[in-house]
This record gives sequence, C-alpha cells and structure tokens, in this order.
Amino acid sequence: MSDDIKPRLRVPTTAKKGEVVEIKTLITHPMENGQRKDADGKIVPRLIVNSMKVSYNDKPVLDAKLEQAIAANPFLSFFLRVEESGTLKLTWTDDKNQSWSAESKIEVA
Amino acid sequence: MTRMGTLNRRSALLAIAAVIVARNAQATPDGVKEWLAARVKGKGAPKDGKVTLKAPEIAENGNAVPVTVSVESEMSEKSYVKAIYVAADGNPNAGVITWEFTPLAGKAEVQFRTRLAQTQNLVAVAEMNDGSLFTASREIKVTIGGCGG
Repeated sequence: MSDDIKPRLRVPTTAKKGEVVEIKTLITHPMENGQRKDADGKIVPRLIVNSMKVSYNDKPVLDAKLEQAIAANPFLSFFLRVEESGTLKLTWTDDKNQSWSAESKIEVA
Repeated sequence: MTRMGTLNRRSALLAIAAVIVARNAQATPDGVKEWLAARVKGKGAPKDGKVTLKAPEIAENGNAVPVTVSVESEMSEKSYVKAIYVAADGNPNAGVITWEFTPLAGKAEVQFRTRLAQTQNLVAVAEMNDGSLFTASREIKVTIGGCGG
C-alpha cells in the first residue's frame, strides 16, 4: 500500500525577494477514517496522515495536524514568504509512523 | 430454516449495533467546544471578525468539500497568526484540522478538503500571537454524506 503513496508539490521555481507565494500540496493516501466497514462488515481501522510539517531552509513555516475529517488524498495549500533562495521541505506522517518527504527549490531573482 | 434464523438474528443484531454506533458517533456543538478547549490556548472567548471561512453553501458530495480559511494579519514577527483550528459539529469526531504558523508563512490563508457526514456547521478559530482569539462559522448543506458506511 505504502508504495502507492506519493506526495506532490506545486511550488514556483522563482520569486522576488519578499514575495508571498502559494504552495499547493497533495499526497495520495486513503485516509481511512475508522468509520468505514469492509465487505465482511468489520470496521476498517483508522489510518490517516495526521501531520504535515513544512520548513524553508530548515526554518519552520507551518505544522498542520490532520484529523479523520480530512478527505482522502489530502490536498493542502498555504503561503510562504520568500526572503532568500532556498529549499522548501515538506514531511507527511501517518498513524503507522510512516513518513514521506518532498523538496522544491525556490530561486530569488 | 435454522440457517435462515441465524442469519436474521445476525442481521438484526448488526442493525441494532449500527443504530447504537450511529447515535454515539456524533459530534455536537459541545463536542466542538471540547475539541477547541483542549487545543486553543488564547485568552477569553473568541470574537467575531478577522477570520473568513469560504466553503460551498451546498456540497453535493460530502466526501471532499473544499474549504478556504483566511485570517487578516500582517504575519510579521510582532503580529502574526499562531494557529487556525477548524472543527465540525455534525461529524463522528469534531476535529477537522489544526494549522500552526510562524511569520515565515507570510499570509494566513489555507485550503483543504473536508469530509462532512451531513449538513452541519463548520467553525474556525484563529489564535493570534498575543493570545487574542477570533472566530467564524458557516453552515454547509450536504446532499450525500461522506463517512463511508
């Protein structure tokens, strides 16, 4: 299952100094909410991505804590103020403590 | 005939169990208050204003309802939004998502997609770095619930 899980990012590659840019993210994950029943009527145990941490040049930007009410394949978008060229890094973690990371470079022109 | 009987009894038990689960598995405005109280650390009761909650008035599919929350703030070291909490009062669990920011975010605006089991209110609370709290809420009508079954 975990092989199917892929994070995706949409990040501008360049920005002006001080520009606030929009970052869009998506991770393919079923987000089992612990309410659903399988064909045999057994409850499928909860397994969701419960955290997404974002840093820029290793400085924290934001930390999102997801609950069961977030839709499958969680799409999350937010903003970042770019003062210098650097690397945006995102890490997602699920209930089984599996984690996935993605990086993207932004160049200040 | 015996087999038939067991099947019926089992399905009857399942049906009763389902009713009990459905009744217990329900957040309420109180559930939202509890969920928020366990997380929000600011001062006093949240005031209206500063927070904008954008979502469709009617969501045909409760499985993925797009929501945008934005909070007026300059997002500077002196004055920034520390966190946004979002909860729903008609889902099995009240919590939806928590966002914690640093001023590096530049703008306190986020988007996500939520699951809504039925027509209900979505509540957002913003906690500023000085501890003040702001809130907005919105009713979303749901045609088809999104909680599996």
